[in-house]
Amino acid sequence: MSDVATRKGFRDNAALGNNGANSVNTRALSPIEAYRANFRHQPAGPEWLQSLRAQGMDRFEALGFPTTKNEDWHFTSVAPIAERMFHVARTSEAGISSEGSTAGIVARADLERFTFGQPAWHTLVFVNGEFSPDLSSCAGAGEKVRVNSLAKAVRSGIGRPERHLGKIAAFNRHAFTALNTAFIQDGALVELQADAVVDQPIHLIFVSEGEGEAVSHPRNLIVAAQNSRATIIESYVSIRDNCYFTNAVTEISLGEGARVDHYKIQRESEKAFHVGTTQIRQERDSQLHSFSFAVGGSLARTNIYTSLAGAAASCTLNGLYLADGVQHIDNQTVIEHIAPNCPSHEVYKGVLDGRSHGVFNGKVYVHPEAQKTDGKQSNNNLLLSPTARVDTKPQLEIFADDVKCTHGATVGRLDEVAMFYLNSRGIGRETARILLTYAFAADVLETIELQSMKEELEKMVLSRFAGSGT
Amino acid sequence: MGSGIEALVNREYAYGFVTDIETDTVPAGLNEGIIRLISAKKNEPEFMLEWRLKAYRRWLTMKEPHWGNVKYPAIDYNSLVYYSAPKSVKPLQSLDEVDPELLRTYEKLGISLTEQKFLAGVAVDAIFDSVSVGTTMREELGKLGIIFCSFGEAVQNHPELVEKYLGTVVPHSDNFFAALNAAVFSDGSFAYVPKGVKCPMELSTYFRINSANTGQFERTLIIADEGASVSYLEGCTAPKRDENQLHAAVVELIALDNATVKYSTVQNWYAGDAEGKGGIYNFVTKRGKCAGVNSKISWTQVETGSAITWKYPSVILQGDNSVGEFYSVAVVNKKQQADTGTKMIHIGKNTKSTIVSKGISAGEGNNSYRGLVRVLPKAEGARNYTQCDSMLIGNKCGAHTFPYIEVQNNTATLEHEASTSKIGEDQIFYCKQRGVSAEHAVSMIVSGFCREVFKELPMEFAVEAQQLLGITLEGSVG
Repeated sequence: MSDVATRKGFRDNAALGNNGANSVNTRALSPIEAYRANFRHQPAGPEWLQSLRAQGMDRFEALGFPTTKNEDWHFTSVAPIAERMFHVARTSEAGISSEGSTAGIVARADLERFTFGQPAWHTLVFVNGEFSPDLSSCAGAGEKVRVNSLAKAVRSGIGRPERHLGKIAAFNRHAFTALNTAFIQDGALVELQADAVVDQPIHLIFVSEGEGEAVSHPRNLIVAAQNSRATIIESYVSIRDNCYFTNAVTEISLGEGARVDHYKIQRESEKAFHVGTTQIRQERDSQLHSFSFAVGGSLARTNIYTSLAGAAASCTLNGLYLADGVQHIDNQTVIEHIAPNCPSHEVYKGVLDGRSHGVFNGKVYVHPEAQKTDGKQSNNNLLLSPTARVDTKPQLEIFADDVKCTHGATVGRLDEVAMFYLNSRGIGRETARILLTYAFAADVLETIELQSMKEELEKMVLSRFAGSGT
Repeated sequence: MGSGIEALVNREYAYGFVTDIETDTVPAGLNEGIIRLISAKKNEPEFMLEWRLKAYRRWLTMKEPHWGNVKYPAIDYNSLVYYSAPKSVKPLQSLDEVDPELLRTYEKLGISLTEQKFLAGVAVDAIFDSVSVGTTMREELGKLGIIFCSFGEAVQNHPELVEKYLGTVVPHSDNFFAALNAAVFSDGSFAYVPKGVKCPMELSTYFRINSANTGQFERTLIIADEGASVSYLEGCTAPKRDENQLHAAVVELIALDNATVKYSTVQNWYAGDAEGKGGIYNFVTKRGKCAGVNSKISWTQVETGSAITWKYPSVILQGDNSVGEFYSVAVVNKKQQADTGTKMIHIGKNTKSTIVSKGISAGEGNNSYRGLVRVLPKAEGARNYTQCDSMLIGNKCGAHTFPYIEVQNNTATLEHEASTSKIGEDQIFYCKQRGVSAEHAVSMIVSGFCREVFKELPMEFAVEAQQLLGITLEGSVG
């Protein structure tokens, strides 16, 4: 989109603000200043939220957008995001103060292809970051379970999100988390009381839709009290092939013995920008199973940060990223071993075709007190085309001595011997290629416990690289 | 921790002494005048002075890097003395002319030049502070056309070779410390092996830092012409000092078509006392270029000394089918810090690289492996295998691994493996049960852990390395 158009988009948005009299001359603004201007035009909220947002905004201004000199962003330039003037995505002018109807923009039928054919799942739909009750169906999750939109919880004070919001996600260190914090509006609030078990997965669908280059900042909070259990899926999708920016943050607090299976399915439009951070704090004996699937976006970054803060907490982080064309897909994970006796296992796989660029950066940090840590990390990359590129940086930082930590990384192409074997048995080159690619990805997909999701993602892997023969 | 063990851990640096020789030093500080003075003292041709000045001007525009996983107090570059030569030096015909005080120093270090000349068959170019004081076996090498001399002599006698190759692998503008080195380097070693010649003996240099406050800026340039092969040894000890000494050396290796260069280092500089005071800062730029087809460059290093070691011996694999190797053992104890590893840049087709790194952390030491493997778009069929293992002894030390793998060609195959674990308690138990003391058990386990690297070292170095490792580590098991 041309510069003129982006600035116009922003100006339209400034006009949306309720403070037209003080409207600023947006032509002279830098993108960061524009965020500040938008920040001022946000609908008001309770005092604690205003203060949290202000801290986020200050922190974002202090940090600025990361550059490739920042070690965490060494292989990913966010210039395409930093240089654009995104306007704040809105479905209703009222924002957080009331629940608008979004049915006009997105129809239920549009979402069917994103629901894994599971109407029984508790589904919360957010359009441009804002909860859409018309499209959602989340009744009857159980009496010990509360699933709400964050905006509603903030308005009514249900569940007191202020106890956790901004306490887990480190907005003082991460610019995009700070930016999200500055614009907390809506998202999902899932509260599991002690011993609660949610029968069906809770599916949060974030749809980005509408005209112009818009940004949304979904903010989710999941609080799982002791021994509770739930499966939560976050899907980031779009219906049309638009250019927009999703900057999502999810905070998860796992109490003693709680278990959360967290799936993040990122299938944004291939013109979109996506930065998503999931930050988790785990208490004693809690279990986190995380699966990250990234296939969309022209520039997409997924951060999964978990802190094993209680003894014998465990985590499994698995991921699969598929990129094609000129996509840039970046994954960063940090596993912080704070307490002793915690196992962590991580497998990330990437399949890269076309001129795409895949990045993996996984860090395992073992504090001096975290004795008996058992950490395993591996990253495998398959390059399907001569022009695809991958940068991988698995990192170990270990300060305790009684530990067992390993990591491994590989980069390669399809095995010619395997290919020959299949060809010699009458399987054509194209089919063999698809088969081998699928086999490469299969063992991560195997870890998905939701059958319908597994099948659908398997189909995506099979179809994604069909017909792009090398 | 047993008291005997403790005694070993706290044992004073065996080579900590200062040789009292009058030295010819330039005033402290750095400016163009000092550089002109160094260049004039060394009677250098014009191109050298210009190159130094170009480096200095570039250095002024550069910032000291701080991305390494090492911490040290700020260095005041204007308080360092950039040139120090033993005064007694004059062109020498034989070892008899060498200051007996110097010879005694070498004897204390166990590098008797005379002995080595006859017994070991090693040509020694010994460096005392910054000027070469004795070169042996030159005639034997000369018969084969091999040039092995101090850098200063090479500049005088073979300026055309120096001009042709100096800075072609590590340019004057490469990094902060390399630029500083290019501006002020005082001496170093130079070796040239002509076409088709296989150097019949190991070339060797012993470095020694002496004068207080003298930054040691060595520059080594080794060229193996087409079909040539050479193996070079570098070993270091340094006397005890309270103030940290900066060592910013540069080593450049060049291998032309079908040539092989093997470079081995045992580094045992003073590591500082138990509080980490004193000790050498070893900030070195080492890089080799496999310029020709089928060429091979191999780095082997055993790093046991220095307060801080910060270096990445690298290989640029430019020629097709060229091979790069890096074998490293890095040991940190007390408050030592090491951030070391390698870079393998695959440019040519079918280039191969192997990285084996063993890190051992004890006491309050911090050991980082940082490695880059980059495969450029034209490096068809590139292959890399990386293995880096860390061993932790004690619960106050740290081990870190930062591998960077950047691949832009899909015909490349890369494997990286790393592990970190505690020294095996069951293994120690097994040994003790069979009457082997805990100390010996540790030494045995560590030797086994490092075996892959030690077997790459030339014989005499392998023995020294094992001993050094023993001294550095013995008794760190609790």
